[in-house]
Amino acid sequence: MRKMLTSLGAMLAGIAMSISAAHADKLKVGFVYLTNPGDHGWTYAHEVGRQQLQDHFGSKIETTYVENVPEGPDAARVIRELVGQGNKVIFTTSFGYMEPTLKVAKENPDVMFDHITGYKRAGNMATGNIRFYEGRYVQGVVAGLTTKSNTIGYLGAFPIPEVIQGINAFARGLRSVNKDASIKVVWVNSWYDPVKESDAAKVLIAEGADVLAQHTDSPAMLQTAEKAGVKGFGQSSDMHDFAPKAQLFSSVNNWGPYYIAQVQKVLDGKWSTGDGPDHWAGNTWKGIGDDFLVLSEFKNMPASVAKKAEAARAGIASGTLNIFEGPMKDNQGNMVLEAGKVLDDGGLWGMNYYVEGVEGRIPN
Amino acid sequence: MFDELLLTVLLTSVPLILAATGELVVERSGVLNLGVEGMMLMGAVAAFGAASLSGSPYIGIVSGGLAGMAVAAVFALFVLGLATNQVATGLALTIFGTGLSGLIGAPLVGQAIDGLPSMTLPLLSDIPLIGAFFKLDIMAYLSILIVALTSLFLMRSRAGLILRSVGINHDSAHALGYNVLQVRFFAILFGGFMAGLGGAYLPLVLTPHWAEGMTAGRGWIALALVVFASWQPWRVTIGAVLFGGVTIMQLAGQARGWTIPAQFLSMMPYLATIVVLVTISGRGRNVFGAPAHLGKRFFMTR
Repeated sequence: MRKMLTSLGAMLAGIAMSISAAHADKLKVGFVYLTNPGDHGWTYAHEVGRQQLQDHFGSKIETTYVENVPEGPDAARVIRELVGQGNKVIFTTSFGYMEPTLKVAKENPDVMFDHITGYKRAGNMATGNIRFYEGRYVQGVVAGLTTKSNTIGYLGAFPIPEVIQGINAFARGLRSVNKDASIKVVWVNSWYDPVKESDAAKVLIAEGADVLAQHTDSPAMLQTAEKAGVKGFGQSSDMHDFAPKAQLFSSVNNWGPYYIAQVQKVLDGKWSTGDGPDHWAGNTWKGIGDDFLVLSEFKNMPASVAKKAEAARAGIASGTLNIFEGPMKDNQGNMVLEAGKVLDDGGLWGMNYYVEGVEGRIPN
Repeated sequence: MFDELLLTVLLTSVPLILAATGELVVERSGVLNLGVEGMMLMGAVAAFGAASLSGSPYIGIVSGGLAGMAVAAVFALFVLGLATNQVATGLALTIFGTGLSGLIGAPLVGQAIDGLPSMTLPLLSDIPLIGAFFKLDIMAYLSILIVALTSLFLMRSRAGLILRSVGINHDSAHALGYNVLQVRFFAILFGGFMAGLGGAYLPLVLTPHWAEGMTAGRGWIALALVVFASWQPWRVTIGAVLFGGVTIMQLAGQARGWTIPAQFLSMMPYLATIVVLVTISGRGRNVFGAPAHLGKRFFMTR
């Protein structure tokens, strides 16, 4: 009996040692998620990226995540906890984590922080973002060729630069193929409120929209479109299963390559916040050309439309198609970009106007 | 266009009608249950889970109601059995229901189900302007029937009279030999069942998937509606449609380019709630028929 206990003790000690050894060897990487990875939207895309990261480095790293973290002061507590658990790289995956991340970054200079979609940086806090608007231009092209009523419904979460960019890029694509179509925008004032998103979609359909786009995170809009027999675009991840007859395609956020590149830099000892331009564009801001944004399969549209969508996608990827190239007018008829000029990244984040093709005004 | 908007308004008001009618009966018996939001969420998650597992939205309806009733039974155990403070217990029930529904629902996030089909009544649904009233689903039609039956029960039946008398003065009712606790127990269970049905309506009809906290404050609006309706069943229906109308109009207003800030419009339903509460409380007590012993604890005297 005693012998058994001794050997059991030795075994336990062995396990404990191997765990601590693993801890010492492995780089620990933490993620903070806004909702549940099962949302099939924003957070799901980050979770896919985390899994790619884990698969890529295998036993060299250990990743963990905390889900359903509210934006605001509570987030700082969660981020600190991740630091306390020994994570050396922490990705905070929503805009609202900007201030909490900055705060904890200043307290922990030996931990590397990576904030997604923000613009504030520190010596140990980098930012990464995707050129989401590029996918919306292609959506605009498809919408313009698909709509019969020439009315497009667009659900916005909040009137912030990222969303305005998306609406304007969509309008540029729309007007490039259909001069008569225009966009009606409805603000839901939430990133994730399925019932309200569904209500807004119903209202837009009642107002005559036959193609819907969204800058909110749940599949509720597409489900509503499916039921009403109209078309729409998915958000962040492929939402085909929610609306097999309604989804034209979805702009899929592909975070994996970014996570892998950042962690590789840490392992090589080359991580830095870089010398990226000091505005919203962030240290890393890439799109379709770098596979940061991937378009899901074009469906529920004739081959001729899919062909034009593919041409627009390829043009953006190769850089031959500039989405915001003059002449460009705002929806009040004022020239905002002269012929021959191309809007730079600073101009993209400074957009406080709707371009031609969008109805109404941006709420203050 | 008007037709479709009206239909959306009606659909939005159904969960409010269901939950508020249940709470109305509870309050008429003298109990204030602030846990409507929590019971609705439990109903929503149970309905979605059951519909997803069984493949039948009808099983979802029943499961939603039963789940609401189950948590209401816990509430009844506390406020009736242990005579705890009703306000505190009700708030605890909301927090509990929110958390538990999130926990149960975690594996359900991201799944899709076939929602409840709409039952379009032939001919009637073709009537211009009011045709929308006949393009609803089984739960919406039933909700109107339930309001009618509740009204009949409360105002025209002997059992309803006893329930109301318990709410007006539980000591007198007790002295007359009525079992106060039993009456209130059944009222609370009914309220829970109805809140569960109201919650079930969200994932079964409005948006066929589950999201944590998807009721988004509808339980509180249902509570306000009971006051708004001055404890009269039919007025609950009118109030619910008004609230639904404000919710939808703020969205439609944006689509039509009304230059009102979206945030202001989003605030409207809640502002309306406050205005109603202030207006009613300002007119002196009991003019509007609030049960006199609402929220008071009952101790058996002999």
